[in-house]
This record gives sequence, structure tokens and C-alpha cells, in this order.
Amino acid sequence: MAELTYREALNAAMCQEMDRDDSVFLMGEEVAEYDGAYKVSRGMLERYGDRRVVDSPISELGFTGLCVGAAMAGLRPICEFMTFNFSILALDQVINSAAKMLYMTNGQVPVPIVFRGPTGAALQLSAQHSQACETYYVHSPGVKLVTPATPADAKGLLAAAIRDDDPVAVMEGELLYNVRGEVPDGEHVIPLGVADRKRAGNDVSIVTHGKMVHVALQAAATLAREEIEADVLDLRSIRPLDVDAILESVARTNRVVYLEEGWPFAGVGAQIVALIQDEAFDELDAPVVRVTQADVPMPYAKNLEQLAKPSVKAVVDACKRVLYL
Amino acid sequence: MAQGTGTATTRMVDGFTRDELHALLFDMILYRRFEEKAEEAYAIGKIGGFCHLHIGQEALAAGSIKPLREDDLVITAYREHTQAIAKGISPGAVMAELYGRADGCSGGRGGSMHLFDTTVGFWGGHGIVGGQIPLGAGLAWAIKYRGGDQICVCFMGDAAVNQGAFLEALNMSAIWHLPVIYVVENNGYGMGTAFSRVSATEMEARSGACGIPAHTVNGQDVVATHRFFAELAERVRAGAGPQFVNAVTYRFRGHSMSDPVSGTYRSKEEVDSAVEAQDPIKILRDRLMDTGLLTQEELETLDAEARAAIEGAAEFADASPLPDPSTLYDHVYAEINEHGRLFLDGRGSQGGSHG
Ligand SMILES: Cc1ncc(C[n+]2csc(CCOP(=O)(O)OP(=O)(O)O)c2C)c(N)n1
Ligand SMILES: [Mg+2]
Repeated sequence: MAELTYREALNAAMCQEMDRDDSVFLMGEEVAEYDGAYKVSRGMLERYGDRRVVDSPISELGFTGLCVGAAMAGLRPICEFMTFNFSILALDQVINSAAKMLYMTNGQVPVPIVFRGPTGAALQLSAQHSQACETYYVHSPGVKLVTPATPADAKGLLAAAIRDDDPVAVMEGELLYNVRGEVPDGEHVIPLGVADRKRAGNDVSIVTHGKMVHVALQAAATLAREEIEADVLDLRSIRPLDVDAILESVARTNRVVYLEEGWPFAGVGAQIVALIQDEAFDELDAPVVRVTQADVPMPYAKNLEQLAKPSVKAVVDACKRVLYL
Repeated sequence: MAQGTGTATTRMVDGFTRDELHALLFDMILYRRFEEKAEEAYAIGKIGGFCHLHIGQEALAAGSIKPLREDDLVITAYREHTQAIAKGISPGAVMAELYGRADGCSGGRGGSMHLFDTTVGFWGGHGIVGGQIPLGAGLAWAIKYRGGDQICVCFMGDAAVNQGAFLEALNMSAIWHLPVIYVVENNGYGMGTAFSRVSATEMEARSGACGIPAHTVNGQDVVATHRFFAELAERVRAGAGPQFVNAVTYRFRGHSMSDPVSGTYRSKEEVDSAVEAQDPIKILRDRLMDTGLLTQEELETLDAEARAAIEGAAEFADASPLPDPSTLYDHVYAEINEHGRLFLDGRGSQGGSHG
């Protein structure tokens, strides 16, 4: 085990996979000479050369399509978005090409590509630079999505995403890049579709993913001072979804809060609520409550931004609501 | 050998032997008969959805694809039945795909707009105007990355050059010197919109901003088109970098099956005069007959062979079963992960307690 930042862990995963497979390459804006907009690819140009670490023009639609085409031909591109906000320009290639290709070719053309970069809000970046893009991706059959919350998960999930034969989006967080944590040395791969209990408790389940895991843990710490023990389930992977882990937690606590950074309308949480009422209705002692970003574009002003983001307090209140406290 | 000398079997026209010319004529007739059969099958409901015919543009399919190697890659838009056949997919597998049958080249999952057979280098069949252009750059990228000597030929309609994807892909192809030929099948219209109404410059000017050389070829003249592509393909293979070809052609039918041949956006006279003077099959036929390289009897034999092949294709499609309903969820994902569920609709494999 070594203590690494989340950023270093992502770098380690890419290097681990590029060392073992020449068909893996990294392309995106500023990934090579600038070392990455968030320095995730630091040193990789020097290590792998400009054949495999490639600065693209600011052409999200174009370089995403190029990477999808390269993946169709059997390479394994890591397509970096400076942030997922900008990947909205590329969604045609993600959804119309990458996600549908295997199906419309009757299995002839897999697309083993990784789309990665930060999703969600950082600090005061306002509307166009602060949105959680998970729903755009998981809505479409053919795409997989993982959302590592810790350095260890960042390394293991990114490595698994690169090895997976399908398009996998790896959504990171600008505010996570400096987070430190223990990361297994050497080969470290976490299978997709396995949730992780980040804290055990039997009173209420806080189910969440990505950066919000840290908000959930703070809320759980607050609740613990009032002798309420929250189970914090980090989904880690949204598609495939570890349904068993969700159902197991629901069966133990009978009370669920879903916490996410995105908007509520047709959000990830909406899907989880539907799933729970479908498969664990009888286990519930209270309706599931969702905590999400306010249903508005992200405002700039500090006070408004804080109001719009899901807060520790909102999670604590939601937990008390499902506990009828 | 000098043109116009020798016996009918050894004489050459523009560097082509009589047999080669007959083969090109046969290919174009085959494509025409295929499309006519598709038109007929559509009218009686055997083919559904959108269906775009290539009638009038057959010389481009033969002239640009036949000179390629089998391991060269072709990627294109949705008006691609004849291009698929030219690259080596059997007419039966294409027809079965149009019929939505299991033996279709895409297993009945793609239909008219999504024909694929990567074993012969045919990479589809794409329905988003311009969407295939960055993909073509990516196929070429993969060739270069692996140090291969294939090339990629990426077709598009004239309307596609107005997509941002076109500019982005051409720019990247140029900076990375990719082995790709972008071919515009310039039939003058995107649905009902004349190219001149949506472009302030001529087609040839559209690649210049990226520093990619532009060429124009008469896409109704199969001999000229074939010669041009044979030479250009070898130049690109030898490292000439990306190229842009404005292949001038004309669509003899409506945009798709619901669009009349002429009407609001183009006159009957315009279409009639193109059909009269610009039919690629007539152009080659007349030329061969005028130079004594084709007899009426030979022409009838070629046509009979083409008709028989297309009848066989239609019979193959008719006989092919519908896709097995139990395969509905196959090929959504290449890898069904050991853990977690990929489908939450309660139906798919891993689809939940009912699935
Ligand atoms: C992005 C997108 N916009 C609109 C359409 C609808 N559409 C289908 S074909 C077409 C015209 C394309 O014309 P062109 O590229 O010249 O090809 P042609 O049909 O002439 O072969 C349009 C607008 C589409 N398929 N994709
Ligand atoms: Mg057109």
C-alpha cells in the first residue's frame, strides 16, 4: 500500500494498463505537453511518447468520434474530457456511435473505449462548468459507468474500465483529485458492478456514488453523534448496478436516502427509487427520500451555490425524515 | 498497348481491358437491378423504415471501391446498399438485411442504413449525417497506429460537409497525416436542399482550410472514376496523407422512398435531362458499343446474369428466418460483467427477478 492522491491513482491505472497493452492510448485536450488540465497524465508523454499520449485540438465531437473509430478497429482508447460538461458536444458519438455500434452490427464491432474526466461541480464555476453528467450516459443501453470516490477505487475501477470490452465512462471529480488515500501497489483491478460499503450501520441507508460519498460520510458522522448509525453504500458502478448490495442494505435498515450530485428529474436516484419499490417495497418502513442538486442551473454566487448543492445538513435532515424523527 | 488497336478481346480503352470494362458494366447493372428490386420490395412492404436508393450513382460505387484492396476499410452513410455489395458483401446478405432477416449482414438489427461486414472491410452504414466522418478518421488512425498499409475511404453526402464533425475530422486527419480519402458523393442535394443554397463556396473549397488537397472527378464516368481512385489509393497508401474528393453525381430517385423523383425542389425537366445524359450505365454501354467492345447480345447476357443474381438475392432474403426473438438483448454489451445488473427493465438477461 502506498498513500497516493486520487490524481496519482488515476495516473497509476493508466500506466499500469499502457504497460501491459500497446493498444491502449490516451487522447484529449492538454493531456500530453501540459500534463493534463488537472495534471492527471503528468509524465505520461515522456514515458510513452506522442504516439500514445496525444494532444487533441479542441474538437470534442471530432476527437471522440476518432477515438470511437479507433476502438471499432480494435484499439483501446482512453478519451479524456477536460470535464464531462464539454462531452455534451460529443454525445452524438458516445450515444449514436459507441453505445449502439455493437448492437446494430449484430455483435461484429465492439467498442472498447474509456471516456474519462471530472463530472459535477467544483467551486464557483457556475452553470456551464458545474453539472453532473451521469444520467446522459447511463440512460443509453450499451454504455457502462463507474464513479470512483477514493484513490484506491480510482485506480482499480479505471483499470477495469480500460480492460472492459464495452464503452465505459469513468466520472471523476475536480474536488477529488487532491484527496489522499491508501492504494494497493502493483496490479489493482476492481470489477465493475460491485458496490462498496464505506460505513456500516443499521438505522438508515445512505446510498450514493462518486464525490457525494464524502458528503454521505460527513452526514453519517453527524448522525452518529445522535446515536443514529447510517449505512453508507457507495455504488461505485452505476451501470452495471450492484442491485444485491442495495437490496441487502434496504433489508437491514428499511429506510433509504439516495444522495446524488445531479438534478432530480430522471436522475440516477429516480432509477434507484424505482428499483427499490419494484424489488423491496415490503422492506420499506418509509418512502425513499432523494437528496440532489437543486433543480436549477448552478449559480455562481457563493451563497446560492451552497444552496444549490446537496449539503451534509440536507442529508442529515433526509435521514431523520425517513426515521420519522 | 495503343488504344483502339488489336482484336476486340485484347484491345484496351483508357488502360482497361475489355473484360475489365465488361466487369465494371456488369457491376453497375447489378447495383441498378438490386436497387430496383429493393424499390419493388419496399412497395409491397417487405422492406420498411427509411430506404435510400443509389440509382444514378452506381459508377461511384464501382469506380471508387473496386480499385481498393480487400483489407482496405470503407465507411459511409446510409445510401450504401451498392457500396456494401461493391466492397464484397453478397447481394443476398444485403437484401436479407433490408428485409430484416437473420441472415442479413447485420443480423436484421441494422436495416438499410446500417449494413456491416467488417470481414470484407465494410464498416457501415451510418445514419447521423456526418457521424461517420470522425469514425473514418479513427479507422485511419488505427491503421497508422499499428503501422499497417491499408487505407480508409470515408464516403459522405454533399450535405455532410456542413457538419462540424466534417471540419473537426479533416483537421485532425491533416495534423496527424492519416491514410484516409474523404469522398463526397455530390449529388447536388441534401434531401430537398440544393448544395448551392447552403454553401457559400464551391465543394472543392471545403477542405482547403485544413490543408487537405481537393480533387474533382466525374462520378458518372466509371472508367475515369476507377482510374482516378486506383491512382489516388496508391498515393495515400504510399504516405500522401488525407485527400478530399468531390465526386460529382446525380440522384435519379427521390431522397428516400417517400420522396417523389421530382417536385418542389427540382423540376421534372432537370431530372429527365440527367437521366438522359448522365446515366452511368448508358455512358459506359454507349462507349463500349461505339468502340466495338460490346455487342447487344453481350449486353443482354450481362443484364440477364445481373437479374438472375438479384432474383437469387431476393429469394435468399425471402427464405431467411426472422431474427430469433430470444436474441433481443444480445449484443447490447460485449462483456456481461460478472457482478451487478446491466439492464433494469426486468426483461433483459440480468434484468432482475423476472429475467
Ligand atoms: C444529423 C442529422 N440531421 C438530419 C438528418 C436527416 N437527414 C437524413 S439524410 C439528410 C440529407 C443528407 O444529404 P446528403 O448528405 O447530401 O446525402 P444524400 O442523401 O444526398 O446521399 C438529412 C437532412 C440526419 N439523418 N442526421
Ligand atoms: Mg446529397
